[in-house]
Amino acid sequence: MASAEIDVKYVAHLARLALTPEEEKKLSAQLGNILGYIEKLRELDVSSVEPTAHATPMVNVTRADEIRPSLPHEEALRNAPKQAGGLFVVPKIVE
Amino acid sequence: MLNQFTISELTARLASREVSARDATQACLDQVARVDGRLHAFISHNPADALAQAEAADREIAAGVTKPLLGVPIAIKDVLAVKNQPLNCASKILGDFISPYDATVIEKLKAAGAIVFGRLNMDEFAMGSSTENSAFGLTRNPWDMTCIPGGSSGGSAAAVAADECIASLGSDTGGSIRQPAALCGCVGLKPTYGRVSRYGLVAFASSLDQIGPFTKDVRDSATLLGVLSGLDPRDSTSVPQPVPDYTKSLTGDIRGLKLGLPKEYMIGGLAPEVKAAVDAAVKKFQELGAEIVEISLPHTDYAVATYYIIATAEASANLARFDGIRYGARVDGADPIELYSRTRGAGFGPEVKRRIILGTYVLSSGYHDAYYLHAQKVRTLIRNDFLKAFEHVDAIVTPTTPTAAFKAGEKSDDPLQMYLSDIFTISCNLAGICGVSVPCGFTQNPRLPLGLQLLGKPFGEESLLRLAHAYEQSTPWHKEKPAI
Repeated sequence: MASAEIDVKYVAHLARLALTPEEEKKLSAQLGNILGYIEKLRELDVSSVEPTAHATPMVNVTRADEIRPSLPHEEALRNAPKQAGGLFVVPKIVE
Repeated sequence: MLNQFTISELTARLASREVSARDATQACLDQVARVDGRLHAFISHNPADALAQAEAADREIAAGVTKPLLGVPIAIKDVLAVKNQPLNCASKILGDFISPYDATVIEKLKAAGAIVFGRLNMDEFAMGSSTENSAFGLTRNPWDMTCIPGGSSGGSAAAVAADECIASLGSDTGGSIRQPAALCGCVGLKPTYGRVSRYGLVAFASSLDQIGPFTKDVRDSATLLGVLSGLDPRDSTSVPQPVPDYTKSLTGDIRGLKLGLPKEYMIGGLAPEVKAAVDAAVKKFQELGAEIVEISLPHTDYAVATYYIIATAEASANLARFDGIRYGARVDGADPIELYSRTRGAGFGPEVKRRIILGTYVLSSGYHDAYYLHAQKVRTLIRNDFLKAFEHVDAIVTPTTPTAAFKAGEKSDDPLQMYLSDIFTISCNLAGICGVSVPCGFTQNPRLPLGLQLLGKPFGEESLLRLAHAYEQSTPWHKEKPAI
């Protein structure tokens, strides 16, 4: 099937996911197989069917725009892999 | 053996002061100590914390306080936030994460008096059908240690079946409650989408995920559903539908209820022993006065393919948050992109990577309409099949799984075969309806439990539980215990 030609390296870049060459090779074969199976959906003519994004009967759920209690600063930082001065530390983004 | 009690048995004895919450909790902890080295249902648990909660419950009982779950030890799948407890989703990527808050369902359990303990093993990020995709090692089936317990909530099912707790919570995105419940011989309920708040549930596929209970009988399932359900302003998909006392619907009287038998579910891959058990269950329902109607769900054959587009697409977006910046493990890089990629490459296991790649691909430019939008349209057809069927029947009866528990390692190298083992449970999530699995027999050799699935209308949990309860009470299956 044409879909078996999934460019794993490119998609992994989009997903920000580092893969080893072995992983790329294995995933390429497995995903080709899965996409081949998924092709069966093409049998269905859905041109006049509306998509379903979810099955909840709720629409446009809103709440009052007001300040409410939230996680204390130090609690929000407790699980940070690296922090300093009450902030998350990340690699330099702008020179 | 206090740990063998159901919720209703234990709460009755706690109320009459025949037993204490401390003794019941200690019995569960003793059982964990005795069997979990072999079973590995738990990733971790904190006995001192559980006993402290039990002692607090005993003080409340002594003071005359009554709450629906006061003093009942309930264990939790490692995908739900419990304040000050670890949360790993059975993944390496969360590192030594400690939850800063309680999920809504945990708040509700605590408010109902439950003793919330333990982190139950699962497939990493709830992706899998065997609990083999855990970074913490696999869980075994209490009925046969060479077999898988099902997944993704395999720890939740195994812990209840092995009496390591009185009940447990899991999550179900494509069958992750019902399938392990079937394979371990307990009752597993997936409520209607929106019935239970998902706040504090780590999201896998947000339009499909739902939290539900694992219990030793249907009455306990009804009790827990009543505690867990309800509108939550923190989950905008939760629904302001009143929460009835579900135990009141367990009348035993199912005369006149109509049960649909979908012809598409009697497929080739169905094991003869499963078919025989389901046929016998259908006969039992007829004896009990239900009417059996053959129905058709014509798009059944497309459910697995639809699911693996929609679920992976949503997962690829949801799992973008695991980037090594705000929490969890981090692998450093020269710039943020390298940091994200390395962190995620080192932190996620093979199945999660597979699904992120598939989900990213079906959403990527040029493929979105061909895959994702197309699948959402097929989802409409699948949902309409059910809504049409429910115009004529009160519930639908099917096998929960095509076979009994399979051997560990049997399908782990073939993801597509693993996905196809969810063929009977997946449609329920796509349609957003409710479903329950109840024990319906055993295979001969080895002796492994089988599950019967009942599917109900949106917010039709009362009829669903009434049918499941009537069947359960007229059969012996739920009383059997594994020799562990």
